[in-house]
Amino acid sequence: MRHAGTLTFVASQTELAKPLVEQVRSTRSTIALKIGMAASGLIFVLFVLLHMYGNLKAFGGEHAFNTYAHHLRTFGEPMLPYGGLLWIVRAVLIVSLVVHVATAATLWKRARRARRVRYAVKKNTGATWASLLMRWGGVTLLLFIIWHLLNFTIGKINVTGGPTDNPYRLLVDTFDTWWLTLIYLVAMAMLGAHLHHGVWSACQTLGLTSNARARRRAKAFGLVLALVITIGFSLVPIFTVFGVISY
Amino acid sequence: MNLTLKIWRQPDPVSEGALATYQVEDISEDMSFLEMLDVLNERLNSEGEEPIAFDSDCREGICGMCGLMINGDAHGPLRTTTCQLHMRTFKDGETITIEPWRSTAFPVLKDLCVDRRAFDRIIQQGGYVSVNTGAAPDAHAMPVPKAQADRAFDTATCIGCGACVASCPNGSASLFLGAKITHLGELPQGQAERDTRVVKMVAQHDHEGFGGCTNIGECAAACPKEIPLDVISQLNKDLRTAVRHGY
Ligand code: HEM
Ligand code: SF4
Ligand code: FES
Repeated sequence: MRHAGTLTFVASQTELAKPLVEQVRSTRSTIALKIGMAASGLIFVLFVLLHMYGNLKAFGGEHAFNTYAHHLRTFGEPMLPYGGLLWIVRAVLIVSLVVHVATAATLWKRARRARRVRYAVKKNTGATWASLLMRWGGVTLLLFIIWHLLNFTIGKINVTGGPTDNPYRLLVDTFDTWWLTLIYLVAMAMLGAHLHHGVWSACQTLGLTSNARARRRAKAFGLVLALVITIGFSLVPIFTVFGVISY
Repeated sequence: MNLTLKIWRQPDPVSEGALATYQVEDISEDMSFLEMLDVLNERLNSEGEEPIAFDSDCREGICGMCGLMINGDAHGPLRTTTCQLHMRTFKDGETITIEPWRSTAFPVLKDLCVDRRAFDRIIQQGGYVSVNTGAAPDAHAMPVPKAQADRAFDTATCIGCGACVASCPNGSASLFLGAKITHLGELPQGQAERDTRVVKMVAQHDHEGFGGCTNIGECAAACPKEIPLDVISQLNKDLRTAVRHGY
């Protein structure tokens, strides 16, 4: 048995055996990272739903929209200072963002190391396109979030040169600009794809889908949520660019 | 049948490998994939060339020893083991690319053989129950509800072939881990070590360099034993429980 002999020789020649790990902690595992990602992702989902509700106020006109924006700041007064709740929400979101992006980066790096030599031919038979888009889609979302905050929150950039202290007019001016609407719609499609896989994936990560029925339900729930959020956010820019929302 | 084979050749773990092309003629449709390779090896032997090293043992689909990446599918296009794949699945004149499992944790030993001892070390970390089994007990001495017994049995069919790792875009062994965790966790004998088992096995999994799971589902689509994705949810749930219990 020439070839069996060669194999034994090769195996003994290489120090392939890794020792058994001794110091083990559940919180140091890849699964703990995933739980952090799922929890932060679900916080984003809750926020995004509220955010969408606020945006739809634009259909009520300038007064309704600007009053809502103002109320966000006076919410909880006098128990909370002006803008207090807003800052609490922002703090939670910033922490979530750091957790979400840091765990994503760590797991991405791990996955790359786990297969250093690529296949010459590799088929995907069980994957959805959304599941394969999570990482680059996530990078797109991060870039979008930065631009979005510059646009409406931190920078208040009005590309048409109009007012920046009136939330409603800033919104209308922004989405009257076709390329800004396009960027926004592409980002919402990305968000939809991210949630299509992300929501069910988070259920799985949290251990809620331990049978076939629960898995089917989580996938359906993810799809519905993705559609609701993508369409809900896309309505305002679409109706603005076509002149229904205006001032 | 006549076929063109592109096969990964690599003399030892440290040398560079490459795909080499071989023509095989007069292959019977009733041959298994491994028998087809045997035919090629007979010829290579008679021509004084080094035969292609590949793993197999039982050749009846129960040991998990065989495993090849065939045209980008782990174990080939059918959901079975490589030894149970027959040449009738392929077309006359087809080109078939054959590669070893690609995983940093499964280094290539030679040609198509990889070192899967990483799985053994994961099992060493808790893929067992520490009970004194003694003589065969009466079947009704420790009742197990039917649903749990079935699930334990179904997940116990994992043969440790590694196709889940090979097909996973993240190089994760979560399906294998989940199968073991579910199998032992469903049975009364598995309860005492339930928390430590999951923490230690996951720690070894991470230590070996397998990637983190992102619930893409390539593993379950490739698994010859049809282990479902549920087991990964079960794995995550058991780990989350261990976190709660302070392990
Ligand atoms: C800041 C930009 C973002 C980046 C870089 C990012 C990246 C990622 C990555 C790489 C994953 C893991 C993929 C996987 O497990 O398959 C993920 C999962 C997830 N993301 Fe994001 N994401 C971002 C923003 C968001 C937003 C805005 C939301 C929600 C509105 C969100 C919700 C989720 C959810 C629910 C998961 C599933 C967690 C899990 O698989 O357990 N992400 N994200
Ligand atoms: S889970 Fe399936 S694919 Fe993975 S090692 Fe077990 S039998 Fe093979
Ligand atoms: S050789 Fe045993 S499963 Fe294929």
